[in-house]
Amino acid sequence: MSDASDEAHPIGLKIRNGSKIYPGTQALKDVDFDLRMGAVNVLVGENGAGKSTLMKVIAGVEQLNGGTIELDGVEVTFADKSDAAKHGVGIVFQELNLFPNLTVAENIFVGHEKTRGGIHIDRRAQRAAAAALMKRLEQDIDPNAPLGNLRIGQQQIVEIAKALAENARILILDEPTSALSATEVEVLFRVINDLKKQGVGIVYISHRLEELIRIGDYITVLRDGAITGSRSMQGVDIPWIVANMIGSASKDFPKTVGHDMGGEVFRVENICLPSPAGGYAVDHMSLSVREGEIVGLYGLMGAGRSELLECIMAQHPNSSGQLFISGKPLKERSVAGRIRRGLALIPEDRKRDGLVQIMTIRENLTLSSLADFTRGFHLSLKAEATKAAEFVKRMAIKIASLEHPVSSLSGGNQQKVVIGKALMTRPKILLMDEPSRGIDIGAKAEIFRTMRKLAADGLGILFVTSDLEEVLALSDRILVMANGRLTGQFPAGASAADVVSAATPNLNKVELS
Amino acid sequence: MSSTDAAGNVKTVIGGHRSRTSALLLLLHMRTFVALILVFTFFAIAAPNFLTMGNMLIISKHVALNALLAIGMTFVIIAGGIDLSVGSIVGLCAMVAGYLVLYGIDLGFLGLAYSIQFNTIEICMIVLVVGIFIGWINGLLITKLNVAPFIATLGTLYVARGAALLFSEGRTFPNLAGNPEYGSDTFRIIGSGTLLGLPVSVWIMVAVALIAAYLATRTPLGRHIYAVGGNERGAALSGVRVDRIKLFVYMFSGLCAAFVGLIISSQLQASHPATGETFELNAIAAAVLGGTSMSGGRGRIAGTIVGAFVIGILADGLIMMGVSSFWQTVIKGLVIIAAVVVDQVQQKLQARVVLQQNAN
Repeated sequence: MSDASDEAHPIGLKIRNGSKIYPGTQALKDVDFDLRMGAVNVLVGENGAGKSTLMKVIAGVEQLNGGTIELDGVEVTFADKSDAAKHGVGIVFQELNLFPNLTVAENIFVGHEKTRGGIHIDRRAQRAAAAALMKRLEQDIDPNAPLGNLRIGQQQIVEIAKALAENARILILDEPTSALSATEVEVLFRVINDLKKQGVGIVYISHRLEELIRIGDYITVLRDGAITGSRSMQGVDIPWIVANMIGSASKDFPKTVGHDMGGEVFRVENICLPSPAGGYAVDHMSLSVREGEIVGLYGLMGAGRSELLECIMAQHPNSSGQLFISGKPLKERSVAGRIRRGLALIPEDRKRDGLVQIMTIRENLTLSSLADFTRGFHLSLKAEATKAAEFVKRMAIKIASLEHPVSSLSGGNQQKVVIGKALMTRPKILLMDEPSRGIDIGAKAEIFRTMRKLAADGLGILFVTSDLEEVLALSDRILVMANGRLTGQFPAGASAADVVSAATPNLNKVELS
Repeated sequence: MSSTDAAGNVKTVIGGHRSRTSALLLLLHMRTFVALILVFTFFAIAAPNFLTMGNMLIISKHVALNALLAIGMTFVIIAGGIDLSVGSIVGLCAMVAGYLVLYGIDLGFLGLAYSIQFNTIEICMIVLVVGIFIGWINGLLITKLNVAPFIATLGTLYVARGAALLFSEGRTFPNLAGNPEYGSDTFRIIGSGTLLGLPVSVWIMVAVALIAAYLATRTPLGRHIYAVGGNERGAALSGVRVDRIKLFVYMFSGLCAAFVGLIISSQLQASHPATGETFELNAIAAAVLGGTSMSGGRGRIAGTIVGAFVIGILADGLIMMGVSSFWQTVIKGLVIIAAVVVDQVQQKLQARVVLQQNAN
């Protein structure tokens, strides 16, 4: 079997014993990876499993600490991304790196413009080359059109054209379909098939398992930085992928503490948020949380989970729907008012939304509850510091001094500060958006234990995650969202495959169109 | 383990220089104050008559004006904005004050044959309200209509200056002696009176500075101003009412400018519509010199006051030494640039020290 595949799809790039160490974590452990040309090499794994790291290593963005990369049998090292591009490796990031104010042709050649004499940009040559690329990709996109006027799917094609313009023989696509409509996905798949026929080796990363099975020729599964399964796609099904992604030995998740749940503490009804792309980003969502209950909201990127939490936290003035806390309607339209009524949000992006980086640890901890230390106008710094110190102890935050800037802390400790800030407002419901993102395993386990303890104390927790293992292990009840809608509801102990298929309901639609 | 290795390395590198690092850090932290002592000593030696009581009073009167504007500016900049309109608000408020002293409000437009006259207190109140009102307009443009602070206050810079010119059709209101009959003859006290040997204008500056420093450090309002400038989205999600905070800082800045307008028209006993031109730049300079970060979230009122003194002493001292005004301008620019460069150095050093302490 291996002989046959070697002939049809020769190995273009080979990694042997690849390892990559970041401060505190090992992102890749002795990875052996074969990238086959003229085929789609699918890479799958949970968040933090090492997919992005592996992909960045191939694209020259990151360098291995140990191990080798061979390109066409010759050992190479990529100094940076442009070095890798010279060797024919192109990458399309999930976040498109394009300029909406420039034309399609200008975008394709940005950074390596076609020039006369090194100064004058040869627009005509660029336009011609861009038109040729569009023809190769069988796209009807005008090279002179401003990029901002294109649909997101077309922009992605432009990004691919950009890589091809640098003669990419290896093309890495990171979650290329997360922002695409079903028809746009079809177009992308056709383009991928054409590229395959032209001998391009494609690395394809996605969370959408059905999509992987459909488009992939070879599959590699990563877990905790190690490869747990690697084979030809023939005969692969979702249970096989899930088993390799999650493994049998579960991580250190705290066991559910037996405790009684109280009555319903929080309910949302018919939350709708119109999407700028048309339709709804959040489509008539209703759910409820009981006292002491941890509800896990699972969904893929772009399913509308974060948007739902933002609607609940009054971030979208044009959203609609009703909220109830302990049965009483929540009419407050301001964040401050909602915090007062007992809501608290742990945002997904700690740096951007959760903390004021240049303020001290104390100031960040107390930012939402300053009123507690204020009489009239006067803020008692002493009472504030006492309370902050109490929460540092309670949350076991590792700090040298309360007066250091919060930016000096590690990710896990920063997250604890964010949680501490939320808890200081004495909430009844805690909304957590990806609470374990970007923190190391030890801190993760601690955060999970904290969540369990808070629930045992009667707090209702609604947490959003795209980590399958996390949602299965932590939730008392699992809700699944896709395309802004609630697509599944499972009790604790549900099977991974059920949850995953509820999260990807549009597979059939893709095949129909 | 690699992490202990890294920590160990850091320790060995910095450990030997630790006391020197922290001394340097302290010096950098106090840099505006150090600069103040330096310029003061320099002129005390180099400029004759610099150290006389009379000269000190003159300098303090000059500094009070810039410091008042700079206090308001500091709040605005800490909150992540900028207020270019303060100079024009000074001009407009001076004209309003002059008009009220001279004419009161003529009720002719209501068909009534008399005018309302005001005493000094009433005139002050009206002028301060005018300043606050323009600040409120700035705040509304920035919060409700999403105009960038630079543009919004650039607009009001022109509008307020134009309004000041329209008030007198470009002329000066002379002889603002006031009228004992209306109780406005005390108007001159604001600019030229003294209390316990210090000019009233200096007392106003001190009072505003103390209130501002209290607001900044000991009230939730002050904390929220820093939070909005440090991370607006993060502050909003923490329940800070961002729009209200922004409205406040621009209104406060307008209030400070109105004080300056009052003081100047009273000092000169006349109102000229060009009063306050380019004052906004001096105010920004004092704030920056005092350690206020233009990217928001960082700054102290005390620093700003010291910054205003450095600029004021530099300007007056150079005049006394007979340095050409062209050179004065160059030197002022160099001092501002040096202040920001030193600020960057301090930031880097501070971050390194904190990292090291965490590693221990």
